[in-house]
Amino acid sequence: MATLSFRSLTKTYAGDIKVIHGINMEVADGEFIVIVGPSGCGKSTLMRMVAGLESVTGGEILIDDKVVNTLEPGERDIAMVFQNYALYPHMSVFENMAYGLKIRKFSKAEIKTRVDAAAQILELSALLDRRPRQLSGGQRQRVAMGRAIVREPKVFLFDEPLSNLDAKLRVAMRLEIIKLHRRLSTTSLYVTHDQVEAMTLADRMIVMNLGVPEQIGTPMEVFEKPASTFVASFIGSPPMNLATVEVSGDGTMKSLDGISLDIPPTVVPQSVRGRKIIIGMRPEHLVLGGRGVRAEVEMVETLGSEQLVHARYGSTQLVVRCATRQLAESAISTGDTIEIGPDGRHPLHWFEADTGRRVEGT
Amino acid sequence: MVERRPWLDFFAHAILILGIVIVAFPLYVTFVASTQTAQEVASAPMSLIPGSHFIDNYTRVLFGGTEGAGAAPPVFRMMTVSLIMALAIAIGKIVISMLSAFAVVYFRFPFRMFFFWMIFVTLMLPVEVRIAPTYKVVADLGMLNSYAGLTLPLIASATATFLFRQFFLTVPDELVEAARIDGAGALRFFRDVLLPLSKTSIAALFVIQFIYGWNQYLWPLLVTTQEDMYPVVIGIKRMISGGDSVTEWNLTMATAMLAMLPPALVVILMQKWFVKGLVDTEK
Repeated sequence: MATLSFRSLTKTYAGDIKVIHGINMEVADGEFIVIVGPSGCGKSTLMRMVAGLESVTGGEILIDDKVVNTLEPGERDIAMVFQNYALYPHMSVFENMAYGLKIRKFSKAEIKTRVDAAAQILELSALLDRRPRQLSGGQRQRVAMGRAIVREPKVFLFDEPLSNLDAKLRVAMRLEIIKLHRRLSTTSLYVTHDQVEAMTLADRMIVMNLGVPEQIGTPMEVFEKPASTFVASFIGSPPMNLATVEVSGDGTMKSLDGISLDIPPTVVPQSVRGRKIIIGMRPEHLVLGGRGVRAEVEMVETLGSEQLVHARYGSTQLVVRCATRQLAESAISTGDTIEIGPDGRHPLHWFEADTGRRVEGT
Repeated sequence: MVERRPWLDFFAHAILILGIVIVAFPLYVTFVASTQTAQEVASAPMSLIPGSHFIDNYTRVLFGGTEGAGAAPPVFRMMTVSLIMALAIAIGKIVISMLSAFAVVYFRFPFRMFFFWMIFVTLMLPVEVRIAPTYKVVADLGMLNSYAGLTLPLIASATATFLFRQFFLTVPDELVEAARIDGAGALRFFRDVLLPLSKTSIAALFVIQFIYGWNQYLWPLLVTTQEDMYPVVIGIKRMISGGDSVTEWNLTMATAMLAMLPPALVVILMQKWFVKGLVDTEK
């Protein structure tokens, strides 16, 4: 049980390559924080700095209000689950889980109690004598988690723990992790590039891009009020439609290649009028046949109950997610020209054209 | 290649048998000679049927020693010297090279790569090239006619260091990190993780280095002047006297047979071990 704080944390690699550009954040006791971002955004570096596997260039990391910058990983009271599990190949499951306790000189009886309890939770009791290579991927993953649990650390660190599993197992393990967190409520830091994992697991998430936290907030905040075009296009599948438009003083808009968008000026806030702006619309908040813009259908992806309609007007691409039209007469096919517009129930998103930062609609 | 052609089978077997005969015949002659009397061996042609002096000859060389021009101490004593030397060289090489490889791979210290290359460069210098200065050093340190003098100069091994380094590089970084998070210090990691993972490499190296140590001839020839420090390889040479004196070939052959035994045993016993290691790769 512990809090975790970052105070203007930076990391620079040799040769002046700055990978973390100053992060400030307070993590409350028991919170589950997911760090999400594309590869190379610094998310793993951030976690490895918390673990003590990477040195801190500037700023401070505090665990339970104690600066841990210079502590060895073993002294920080953290436990980490690695992407490739990193189990000791020559030790049995029991020994793998017990190793950290053995080094900390716990009594044999205490080790046995703790490992047995963790094995019970993770359904590993029958496998304690096996070697890692005799286990399946999912079982190895559970052993890696067991090794973290038995230590009862202040902070759990998960470094993309599910990315080596197949899709089905990944969903199952995701649920296991949620359940485990409910049960133990240990402060956790979880790195992933998968936005679905981030949305489902996080109490709060950090969306990272190029070493900068673009947004820190609950999954719904991030989804409903993305702080930048990067966040808007990273969270949500398919990603949010972003279209650059010129808004006139009276609220009418035109795309950059001169196609006018028929969106009622009442939904266009004052703050965006008279400037070049990026308008953001979620694919599921667009409707076919709504008031908006005439676009040509380029492709239709049918996912069963839903379909994704990819359309284009001028040089702008749009994706609409809607229920599959069963009826032959209203089916959409490639080459059709259809009207696409916002459904009017969900607000539009506005972003500055040059910085990509969110503009609040006032 | 799973063809079944009778003449091809026959041909393959014939070649293999021929190969075995070529390798095994001298060994057989050695054995036969070691069971006969000196006169029987000296008569031409020598009988190829084992003689009746097996126990006689072997007890004599093992515990009696030989007299005359080719005087040598009892083989038992020489075998003991050889065994201690071979074991010290093999174990010493493994310990030293594992530790230096561990340092080079897992620690960041100034001139790390410089030291690695220094070790590597010594690979290019064969023992014969540096034997005179090495002798001088060992002599000045007063280590002639001692086990230290016999083994220490042969213990440093660039080859083994290099092999261990290559092996350590294949150990995933995450394993090191997991151990650090589990709270294991450097030596703890070495003992609990690296050492068990290196078992098979150690076994393989032990076999190679034991035979290397056992077969040393030139170096012991230089640093030993007392009979009781002769390894068995030198003993055999001493028994073959040149000039006019008579060589007791039956005893020489018995000594040769005995000298072959320990390396053969090590190979046969350890082979099982590292074949098992190769089958269940734990990585």
